[in-house]
Amino acid sequence: MRSDPAEFELVAPDSLPKALALLAENSDTWLPIAGGTDVMVQFAAGKLPARKLMSIWNLAELRRIEVLPNEIRIGAGCTYTDLRENEVIAHEFPLLARAASWVGGIANQNRGTIGGNIVNASPAADSLPALLAYEADLILVSVRGERRLAYRHFHTDYKKTQLAPDELVRAVCLPRRYSGYLSYTRKVGTRNAQAISKVCVAALGRLDDGVIADVRIAMGSVAPVPIRLVETEQILNGQRVDPSLLQLARKTAAAEIRPIDDIRSTARYRTAVANNLVAEFLGRLGASGKKDRE
Amino acid sequence: MIAAKSKCELTLSVNGETKTVQAYPMERLLDVLRQEFGLTGTKEGCGEGECGACSVLMDGALVNSCLIPVLQAKGASIVTIEGLAGDSRARAVQDSFLEHGGAQCGICTPGMILAAVSLLNKRPEPSIEDIREGLAGNLCRCTGYIQIFEAVAEAARRSAAS
Repeated sequence: MRSDPAEFELVAPDSLPKALALLAENSDTWLPIAGGTDVMVQFAAGKLPARKLMSIWNLAELRRIEVLPNEIRIGAGCTYTDLRENEVIAHEFPLLARAASWVGGIANQNRGTIGGNIVNASPAADSLPALLAYEADLILVSVRGERRLAYRHFHTDYKKTQLAPDELVRAVCLPRRYSGYLSYTRKVGTRNAQAISKVCVAALGRLDDGVIADVRIAMGSVAPVPIRLVETEQILNGQRVDPSLLQLARKTAAAEIRPIDDIRSTARYRTAVANNLVAEFLGRLGASGKKDRE
Repeated sequence: MIAAKSKCELTLSVNGETKTVQAYPMERLLDVLRQEFGLTGTKEGCGEGECGACSVLMDGALVNSCLIPVLQAKGASIVTIEGLAGDSRARAVQDSFLEHGGAQCGICTPGMILAAVSLLNKRPEPSIEDIREGLAGNLCRCTGYIQIFEAVAEAARRSAAS
């Protein structure tokens, strides 16, 4: 059943301090809405539990990308189009730029925001594995001030996060130290555009004299939250890429993920795909080392 | 700041004209365009941002009007398919759709043309991949898409030549 707009309140504070003050007054009642690509879908389906909404679309404080010497700070209100059009993101954070290009279609990329993707906390969110691979930090803000936490601690369970009721995500911080890394990312779904992934991966790797010096493998749609495959990473670091290592990596990854059967795929298929993605990434990483030595 | 469960008054530009409307703030821009302004070229398909039939340009950016609470369009400049009637690029795309069989039942066509115009505004000489990506959010159940892609490519070639 479609929702009746007459039953809903929507307010649009014109600055971040005003938005935060409103959240602090009535911390359990206002649902923030930015581009509406998730909230309005629930609204259309009559499944939006909130009755009071607060628009944070286009708040100037949330729609900036600051490039600092050691990190880039992406305002939570930046759209996927904003991410795709930023040159520093395109050059230094290709996993995120690619993920942004896979979200919905152009119209959704013009409205959907990185902060919304984070707070909506879908295990299938396109952009979140990239944030895990780059070891992003989040800046959360409320009238009480700002706090910074590692993004990997933000999701606590399926659709559960560390965000306090009076807080907004202000920015996503990515450290600028991945220039020597091989980037690998794939979304496996029915289609790339306008489809939710069955499995998506974002991975980074760096070889030192043919030996894996640092590797990060993050996946979506294989657990209740987007995850890093830390056990798989551990068995890879310090090793040379060879067939026996690939076998071990596949086994470790399969044991580490917790995929489910749902409308989009099955646990069995997701495990097979996740293993293949790990193997494809390692194959490319190994090949990049051979190229370096030639 | 507007706080309302009652209707609010808001002003926006629609196809170049300043309009003021009384609406509930959570009313969808799609419904306001169709019902208040009679701009029925904007279609409702899925109502959840999957199909692109309700595409409009908001401050120059392609958006799904079914996902926009009208309060968020306050002060914005909206262009619907009707507003493109005098636009030379849109006319070229429209003519090309006619010639290539890019329109059949017609429900997706306004959104397709808006998405195509939005693409060509950014990339006047798009590759086939650019066209596929630019129209990926617009679903068509009649044509099989190829005629639409050809129509957009041809419109781009003609604009480049003229």
